This record gives sequence, structure tokens and C-alpha cells, in this order.
Amino acid sequence: MLTLPFLPMETGGEGGYKPPSVEDFYFPTLFGIDQVDRTTVQAIIAALLVIVLWVWAARRLKTVPTKGQFFSEFIYEFIRNGVARDALGHDYRKYLPWLLGLFSFILVNNWFGEFFYFMFPTFSRVGYAYGLALLTWVIYIGAGFKKHGIRYLKMSLLPEGVPWYLWWLIIPLEFLSNFITRPITLALRLFANLFAGHLVVTVFVIGGGYLLTVDNNWFYNVAGGVSLIFSIAILFLELFIGALQAYIFTVLSAQYVSSSISDHH
Amino acid sequence: MVTTMVAFEINLGPLAPHYLSEIIMGIVLMVLIIVVLAKAVVPAFEKMYAERADAIQGGMERAEKAQAEAEQALQEYRSQLAEAREEAAKIREDAKNQGAQILAEMRERAAKESERMVESARAQIEAERAQASSQLRAEVGGLATTLAGKIVGESLTDDQRARGTVERFLAELESTPIGAGER
Repeated sequence: MLTLPFLPMETGGEGGYKPPSVEDFYFPTLFGIDQVDRTTVQAIIAALLVIVLWVWAARRLKTVPTKGQFFSEFIYEFIRNGVARDALGHDYRKYLPWLLGLFSFILVNNWFGEFFYFMFPTFSRVGYAYGLALLTWVIYIGAGFKKHGIRYLKMSLLPEGVPWYLWWLIIPLEFLSNFITRPITLALRLFANLFAGHLVVTVFVIGGGYLLTVDNNWFYNVAGGVSLIFSIAILFLELFIGALQAYIFTVLSAQYVSSSISDHH
Repeated sequence: MVTTMVAFEINLGPLAPHYLSEIIMGIVLMVLIIVVLAKAVVPAFEKMYAERADAIQGGMERAEKAQAEAEQALQEYRSQLAEAREEAAKIREDAKNQGAQILAEMRERAAKESERMVESARAQIEAERAQASSQLRAEVGGLATTLAGKIVGESLTDDQRARGTVERFLAELESTPIGAGER
């Protein structure tokens, strides 16, 4: 009897509990169209939200800012000065729409994980993260070729000062790091954080809810209540992580572009 | 052949995209956002920043200009004030000098006037005295003749004689100095 509370749930009597798993990240298709589910709708809503909010903010810009403009300017300047200009120097203007959109789009999608009705971060589905990472990959490699032409390949594959007898080792390594792992790590970092975060939240909410309603076991009920309360704290943590990951993705993207257009490698 | 391929396939689990549409949607939506932001948002923000920088710079320039103008005006007022003070002092000095001059002139004129008045009084007195003396001479002549006639009992009606007598008397009289009794 004493050991009972610590047994895995599946063995704990009722058997009605199904722990959150990868299956909770997949939804039935919508509108009868294959390949379309609620994450598709979510991504579209997020993109529209980003576009509408920015266009709206841009329409009512004044030289002397209002309170609302102060907020939009804060985010704009955060990306413009803190990310784009910091990493790219005076070339930042060309990449600013992309970096600003990237940050806003990821942020809104991440925060969908904590907002009612959605309660699901879009980027916990890895495909969207792959998409954005692929775009970043195209942009930073394109920027490199545009700036240096074919010399970009040599610059990115062969750092200066490497002795010729190490070329056989360095060239594949640099190729892997610059052209393969960069986009993959970019996508996986975003995806894994959001996936794990959402899983933790569902564990606390679903598990807590289940424990709270177990009959004749006050220990389970108290633990369930505590875990439900704790899930609120986890939600706040997830808000923070969502913003942080949006920022990291944007900063790294800017950094990659910066490394491809810089003159020294 | 197909079955062996499947057997070697690695199961990526959640790392494999569930739908291909996810990747496509991610790219398409992101490109859409980039296009809109590049066309409508970033230029608007940059324009506003440029305008704001202009406004701030223009404001500062205007303020500097106004300050310079104010300083210049102050300088002008100060110099004008100094000039006015100098002028006032000069006017005061002039007035003092003029006053003194006028006073001296008046004094001189008064002295001259009094001198002239004294002179004219003296002349008048002199004339009156001359007149009185000539009148007196005639009267005294008559009186003296009458008196002498009475005393002598001799009529001095004889003009020739009488005139001679009177002339003599008067000559005597004139020869005596006009002393304290006359004046």
C-alpha cells in the first residue's frame, strides 16, 4: 500500500490514464484535405497576425511616438540595432525585413503554445522549423556567393593559415559545419525546445488533472492539485523560452549571413 | 528489394516532418512576411527614423540659432544702454556747463545794466543840475537886481547898467568854487 503512490501510472489501478506522448502532437486533417491540419491553420494565422500588426504599426508611425508606437518601435529597434546592425554592420538594411519577420513569426507561433484556443506551439512540429532553417540556409549561402562569387566556396571550406597537409581533414569538416549542421542544428534547437516544453506542460496538466480526479487517494489528489498549479509556472517559463528561441534563431541566422559576407574567414 | 529498403530506414520519430506541407508552409509564409515587411514596414520605420533624426537635428539647429540671435540682441541692448548712459552723462555735463555759462552771462549783463543805469542817472542828474543852474542864474539875476535896487534906492531900470551889474555879480559867483553848499 505504501509503495502504491510511486508506481507508474499504468499499473495504478483504474488504467484509464494515457500519458502524453508524440501522438499528442498530431491532429486529424482539416477540411478533408490531406496535409492540412490545425498547425497549418495556426501557421497561417500567425503569419497574417505578423503582417497585419506590422503593417498597422507602420501605417500609424509618428515622429513623436505614441504609447503603442513605443512598443512596436521597441521590438523593431531590438531586431534592427540589437541583432541586424550588431551582426551585419552597415549591410543590415537588406536583411532587416527577413530578420524582423523571422523573429516575429517564430515569437507569435511559440506563444501560441501558451494562448487559449491554440495551446500548441507551431514549431513543435519539426517541418516548420526545417522550412525556416532551409530559408536561412539559402539566404546565407546566397549572400556568400553574391558577395564573393565562387571564391566563397574556398573561403568557407578552407580557413586561412591551414597547412596543406591538413586540408584533407579540414575541408570535409568545414563543409559539414557550414553547409550541413548549421541549418539542421538551427531547426532542431527550435523544434526540440518547443516540443519538450509543450510535452512538459501537457504532462503537468493532463497528469495533474488525472491525479486530482482519482477516487479514494488523497495523496494523488494533492499531488495533482500541486502539479496543476505548477503547470502555470511552467507556462510562464514556456513564454520566456518561446521568446528566447525566437531570438536565438534570429541572432544565429544573422550571424551566419555575417560570416558568409565577411571578408576574412 | 523494397522490403529491405524499409528495414534499413531509420525511424526519425518526431524529427521527421509529419507532412511535407509543413516545410512548404514554413517557407511560403516566411517569404510572404519578408515581402510585406520589405515593401511596407521597414521603409516606413526607416523613413520615420530619418524624419525624427531630421526633426531633432533641425530643432537643435533652430535652438542654436535662436540662442545666437538672443545673445546678439542682448549685446545690442547692452551697447545701446551704454551709449544712452554716456549720452545722458554728456547731456548732463553740457547742461551744467551751459547753466554756468548762462549764469555768468546773466551776471555780466546785470552788472552792465546796473552800471548803465547808474551812468544814465548820473547824466540825468548832471543835466538837471545844469538846467537848474541856468534857471537859477536867470532868477537869481532878477532877484538880486531887485534887491540891490531896493537897497541902493537907485533904480536899476537902466538896462545897460543893470546887465553890467548882474554880469559882474555872476562872474564873481561863478569864480567862487561850487562847494559843499551847492551839492
